[in-house]
Amino acid sequence: MNMDPSFFQPRLTALRPSAPWHRFHLDLPLLSGLALLAVLAMVVLYSASGQNLDVLLRQAVRLLLAAGVMILVAQINPRYFQSYSPVLYLVGVLLLAGVLAMGKISMGAQRWLDLGIVRFQPSEFTKLSTPMMIAWYLAQDSPPRLRQLVFAGILILIPTLLIAKQPDLGTAVLVASAGIAVMFLGEIPWSYLLGLIAVGGGLLPLAWHFMHGYQRDRVLTFLNPEADPLGRGYHIIQSKIAIGSGGLYGKGWLHGTQVHLEFLPESSTDFIFAVLAEEFGLLGCLGLLAIYLFILGRSLYIVVQAQDRYSRFLGGALTLTFFVYVFVNIGMVVGILPVVGVPLPLVSYGGTSMVTLLAGFGVLMSIQTHRRRLAS
Amino acid sequence: MSRPFIFRDNFQENRLFLNRIVISIICMALATLALVLRLIYLQVVGHDLYTSLSRDNQVKISPLAPPRGLIFDRNGEVLADNIATYSLEIIPEQVPDMNATLDKLKALLSLSDDEIARFQAQRSQRRSFESVPLRLELSEEEMARFAVKMPYFPGVEIHTRLIRTYPYGYLTAHVVGYVGRIGEGELQSLDPGQYRGVYHIGKSGIEKSYETVLHGRTGHEEYETNVQGRAIRVLGAMEPWPGADLYLSLDVRLQKIALDALGEYTGAVAAIEPVTGKVLALASKPSFDPNPFIHGIDKDSYEALQGHPDRPLYDRALRGLYPPGSTVKPFMALAGLTLLELNPARRIYCPGYYRLPIAEHKYRDWRKGGHGAVDLSSAVTQSCDVYFYDLAHRLGIDRMQEYMGKFGFGRRTGIDLNGEKAGLFPSQDWKRRKRKAKWFAGETLIAGIGQGYVQATPLQLARAVAILANRGGNVEPRLVDSVKAPYEVDNPYPRQGDEPLGSLDPRHWHTVVDAMIDVVHSPRGTAKGITPGLRYRIAGKTGTAQVFTVGQDQDYKKMKVKKSMRDHAWFIAFAPADDPRIAIAVIAEHGGHGGSVAAPIARAIMDKYLQERP
Repeated sequence: MNMDPSFFQPRLTALRPSAPWHRFHLDLPLLSGLALLAVLAMVVLYSASGQNLDVLLRQAVRLLLAAGVMILVAQINPRYFQSYSPVLYLVGVLLLAGVLAMGKISMGAQRWLDLGIVRFQPSEFTKLSTPMMIAWYLAQDSPPRLRQLVFAGILILIPTLLIAKQPDLGTAVLVASAGIAVMFLGEIPWSYLLGLIAVGGGLLPLAWHFMHGYQRDRVLTFLNPEADPLGRGYHIIQSKIAIGSGGLYGKGWLHGTQVHLEFLPESSTDFIFAVLAEEFGLLGCLGLLAIYLFILGRSLYIVVQAQDRYSRFLGGALTLTFFVYVFVNIGMVVGILPVVGVPLPLVSYGGTSMVTLLAGFGVLMSIQTHRRRLAS
Repeated sequence: MSRPFIFRDNFQENRLFLNRIVISIICMALATLALVLRLIYLQVVGHDLYTSLSRDNQVKISPLAPPRGLIFDRNGEVLADNIATYSLEIIPEQVPDMNATLDKLKALLSLSDDEIARFQAQRSQRRSFESVPLRLELSEEEMARFAVKMPYFPGVEIHTRLIRTYPYGYLTAHVVGYVGRIGEGELQSLDPGQYRGVYHIGKSGIEKSYETVLHGRTGHEEYETNVQGRAIRVLGAMEPWPGADLYLSLDVRLQKIALDALGEYTGAVAAIEPVTGKVLALASKPSFDPNPFIHGIDKDSYEALQGHPDRPLYDRALRGLYPPGSTVKPFMALAGLTLLELNPARRIYCPGYYRLPIAEHKYRDWRKGGHGAVDLSSAVTQSCDVYFYDLAHRLGIDRMQEYMGKFGFGRRTGIDLNGEKAGLFPSQDWKRRKRKAKWFAGETLIAGIGQGYVQATPLQLARAVAILANRGGNVEPRLVDSVKAPYEVDNPYPRQGDEPLGSLDPRHWHTVVDAMIDVVHSPRGTAKGITPGLRYRIAGKTGTAQVFTVGQDQDYKKMKVKKSMRDHAWFIAFAPADDPRIAIAVIAEHGGHGGSVAAPIARAIMDKYLQERP
């Protein structure tokens, strides 16, 4: 059973320490994929916004800001993330509680924390801090025992419930799925996993009980969009018409009628995929999916290459969550998932999630570029 | 030995992790495949269909408004009806130049700026292909004037609409209420799907309380239109559910008698069938005509109503708070019999005033010389205050509050109308909480004759006397007797079915009811004036609610009191005394004495009701 240790770590030797991008802790393939996505997003947004340069400019500024955050995060060694994970988690939960308390005072839904110059959405922060915490916790020892999994479940549940209470169901689902992704990658035995799914299924009626009226409406409309064609179902019907009429090649840039005759609501934000589908057709859609798959592929490559458990768990979870984003948004726009208000990552207009997403990619770049070189 | 073991562990870990990554990749691949298949289905298979829907034909959906449910009285008289009217409507999307169109229409039909502002507000709330009303009730002449010019107004149409009308106007204004245009604030809180194509909503009375039932369910029609927006063919429709019809227990003829009998007085009448709790009459005077409110009453008329010193918009029967005065005495007597096991034959000497032990203040009786020796029965019949001062002192305010609460004092009756007032019966705790002050013994005495802090609405007193008529059986006042709809309707006001009083010694009821019969039928009763010609027996109680406090050494009767300072006159009663079929409370504001002013009004109503249903 004595095996040569180098057998398991031959990849380390393949590392080229002199790669120029690595000096700035950036990953060129990932960066190129993201840049390509951003360019495509700008093109579609220009059409969706009714050729509004103002909107385009604001989006570009946000993008640059988020890219700055990404580069900054990439400079930090993953070991620091690891050791500060519990602190960051605690800060996230406290901020959520603070927002909720302030919401109570102002008698309404509250997601923002006003820090004077910047308004900050703590639920976005927890999208990173929650998987960090779970990764830190499960990286301690292996394989995890039932007690640890239950505790990890509780750690996920706390921020999830706080966000669901805001109420922001979409973000709550994303935070929970980031945590669950870590657990999945964190070597949960299958039997526990199946048990978890069974319990989750059992909790669904309970969740229904705690949902707000409009959230229930969304689920019901999803199950039967024709039931409310004047209200919620209208989105789905119009978005299907936009996508379907796009055909194979699309109607051409700036020529989508559904969008420009204002039949399609929220065309710049949650439903921007329908604009792409109408104007660039199936080929455009496949192109976008290809870019996403490239980014995901590169991210998974980084994760597999990672050296320690924490980096793998965290990086893997961030990658999976990114996919969930893409899938939930497109699934909603094409009418196979409920309308939950999740933006198309890095394409939809709006800045709140962009910073978080790119910060996540910053973490992945940091993982890739801070690997220890093999002492040869 | 340990090193290789660790590596083995690492190896297993690696494999497990890679295993999970592979599973993730498979899942993502499957999910992506689902998206791609869906896109192919929409963009390749469904391409022709969706292209035809999107290119020169558009799917549009227009709401089909349900007709609002009608409201009838117990004899089938229509209290709220729908009549067809013609309205001028605009589909904004089809109007080439909105401002020019509005200017031309303004000149043609003399539209007011208010109407245009309202139109603009509604337009911003609806989709551009939905029709928005500009004027709801076109006269014949306006119709004709517009019809000639119609070709010059693309996108402007005449629609037939059902509009609410209240044939009995002021007789039912407070009870039935009225509908009005949906306000901007209301639009925000409504389910927009249910109120598309609907322009009115219940604003008060039954119209408001039963809004969900009367409204029904909005349907819709899905159709294709050509480039100009004209409908080409209907793709599908869901018929609206007409609103449910409401049959009230109210009798509009009793309403008329009540309002007529009040004559010059402002005031209110509430009449209930004790056994069922059905409300037979609920009138407040002065009343108003609800019909102008439907289209939005003009400002001057509204301000005239609002600013009128007699406050016609104010529903006195439901919301008017008055000291119940001596009408509380039968209930106080029951409290004494039950809680103190009072001997009804025991006499108390009434010198015309009452004094608390070790206190100077004289609490006076309404009869200056006093009533002499009175037992419980004669104390009720002659309405002797001193007897009840003494009783109240012995009961204490907290026990009184709890017992009177069982008859509904200080509690909402639970009638199926919005905006009911709960009235007040005080307690030490209440005063500590609300007034931040200590309770004084003298205040207990005042409460014992229904004055001071005690306040009740006419409806509350009608319910209290109905409970008495039922010998303790609970009364839940209801206006809506039945709901008729071709589908199942949830009653928004289900009955609770509580029995707050429990069983009581039957002799107690007997004692109190006999005393109340004497109020009307004995020569010493305070309402003996209404007996002539009476063919059934009434059990009643008069009351005067003090508006103005008489000074310690002044004599009320000798003072030249202005009308607005005069006491309110109360009368509560039920009849026939042995088999009660109607319970009633009447208040005539500033009427002075209950026996001579309020009692005849009650009798007129009971005469009518009992004659018709012997």
